[in-house]
Amino acid sequence: MKWLAIALFAVVALSLPFVAGDFYINLASQILIAAIFALSLNLLVGFGGMTSLGHASYLGVAAYLAALLTSRYGFDHSSAALISILGTIAMAAFFGIIALRATGLGFLMITLALSQVLWGLAYRMSNVTNGDNGITGVTRPAPFGISLESATSFYWFALAVAVLSFVMMAIFVSSSFGSSLKGVRDQPRRMAALGFNPWMIRWITFIYAGFWGAIAGLLYVYYNKYIHPTSLSTTSSAEALLGVIAGGSGTLAGPAVGAALVLLLKNYASAYIERWNMLLGLVFLFIVLVMPTGIVPGLQKLAARLRGRSS
Amino acid sequence: MQFWIIQGLNSLSLGGLLFLLSSGFSLIFGLMRLANLTHGAFFMLGTYFGAVALRDYSGLNIWVTAIGAGIVVAALGGLFERLVLTRLKTNPLGQVLVTLGMAFIISDACLVLWGGDSIPVPTPRNLQAPTRLFGFVFPTYRLVLVGIAVVAAIALYVLMDRTRLGAMIRAGVDDRQMARAVGIPVSRLFTIVFCLGTGIAGAAGVLGGPILSAYPGLDADMLPLALIVVILGGIGSLFGAFVGSFIIGFIYTFGTALFPELAYIILFLPMIFVIAFRPQGLFGRLAT
Repeated sequence: MKWLAIALFAVVALSLPFVAGDFYINLASQILIAAIFALSLNLLVGFGGMTSLGHASYLGVAAYLAALLTSRYGFDHSSAALISILGTIAMAAFFGIIALRATGLGFLMITLALSQVLWGLAYRMSNVTNGDNGITGVTRPAPFGISLESATSFYWFALAVAVLSFVMMAIFVSSSFGSSLKGVRDQPRRMAALGFNPWMIRWITFIYAGFWGAIAGLLYVYYNKYIHPTSLSTTSSAEALLGVIAGGSGTLAGPAVGAALVLLLKNYASAYIERWNMLLGLVFLFIVLVMPTGIVPGLQKLAARLRGRSS
Repeated sequence: MQFWIIQGLNSLSLGGLLFLLSSGFSLIFGLMRLANLTHGAFFMLGTYFGAVALRDYSGLNIWVTAIGAGIVVAALGGLFERLVLTRLKTNPLGQVLVTLGMAFIISDACLVLWGGDSIPVPTPRNLQAPTRLFGFVFPTYRLVLVGIAVVAAIALYVLMDRTRLGAMIRAGVDDRQMARAVGIPVSRLFTIVFCLGTGIAGAAGVLGGPILSAYPGLDADMLPLALIVVILGGIGSLFGAFVGSFIIGFIYTFGTALFPELAYIILFLPMIFVIAFRPQGLFGRLAT
């Protein structure tokens, strides 16, 4: 089942640039970026039991830093990317210290409040961030001298990063550290009694999730060549969280599927209606009320039932 | 001198408004253990109701409109609680997510119904003339707003501390199962408190109208302020919400006046400070 899914993904992902047009290749790149972002949030929500409503902070800050450093301060792409990632990690470390004073709903409210500050800053500090106009004129990097300007070359780049991030996060989750993270999620007191430090485990995970959020942010700004405060908004965090929950939080591949569905829905819906936020709200209600465990676990359950019937 | 006095009064009136906003949030959180992320949207809905009603019907005054908007928003809140939230009793995370979804729906519906331009709410005519006190000139409406917040705080205190309903709510906050066992209808209390909290937010939306005016995104501006107030004051504590509101009112007003670019960062310093040293907030109790 698992290998079948991987093989299917490999066939689709590798053949796509040869069969599809630019529109679909670009859509696939966007899906890959959203998937990295959702996977990083899932480390917190699914494996750490820390529901964050401020994950857009990391995507947005990394994207803003990279955009500002390259387009305004004349940094080259590699050093700008490095500074953006390090800056975002430092911010995640700081936000983690604040937010992890609380757990559960308190954690959620603090992450939401912190991300709203950044959103407000991006809007109001217009001499730095250009406010509502956003930052335009960002260029794409050319790693090893290969230009990423065409849809296909950017797709290969995004695919490589996405596969790498998936593997890295899968290793993270299945490592002994990942097991202790799940232990802290389910039984923090017992883990503390066993000599683990729940706070430290959560904090490291928080920073690691921030790191992959920053990677998603870099890809995001390279893809769009533009960044606007809405990338930092609650809507942006909520879209990722919806992807995680719709796909099945705490599963490895679920959030990527969920993020792809949310993105496709957004793309197709916005072709017909302007009311994306309303639709997003309705989908939230629908998923929570009807499919609380998500789509991938739902399908797995269905597959298990079918297999049980055939044998 | 005039600057400091006027900014001081502006801080007080913003603090009063924040109390009206966050007291409902805090009440709901205290009893239901629910972070109601729709709260900012209910506030905005109240502002829009007020702005449109006062624009289209010249006979109305702001007080009647505030009460009317409060009742309408409370009814909507009650419907939402009965139809959606009660189904998710065993799923606290799900509850937060549906309140977030509802917030998106309401704010987008406001945009569809009333457009993207801001709609001003006129200051009541008999309060437009400034008040002179100790040789200083004050905008009268803001003074009245502070008074309303104080009266509301006292009324809520009396309700929670001196009435039978308040006693039942406190029992529900302290031990939900025990309260059920002695015959307190806790799920009906949930509906009552949710209606009360959202109703206050709706009325506060109208009253804040002359200062803020109704515009798209008002909910996203107000919700974080409410969150900061209750995190600072202690989630679920009315007194904490009261103190927190005025602290944030002062910091936000003076921050915006003195360091407009950094106001948003300054706003968060007290919260960060309090969380660092007292994670349960100034007047909160540790969750059991």
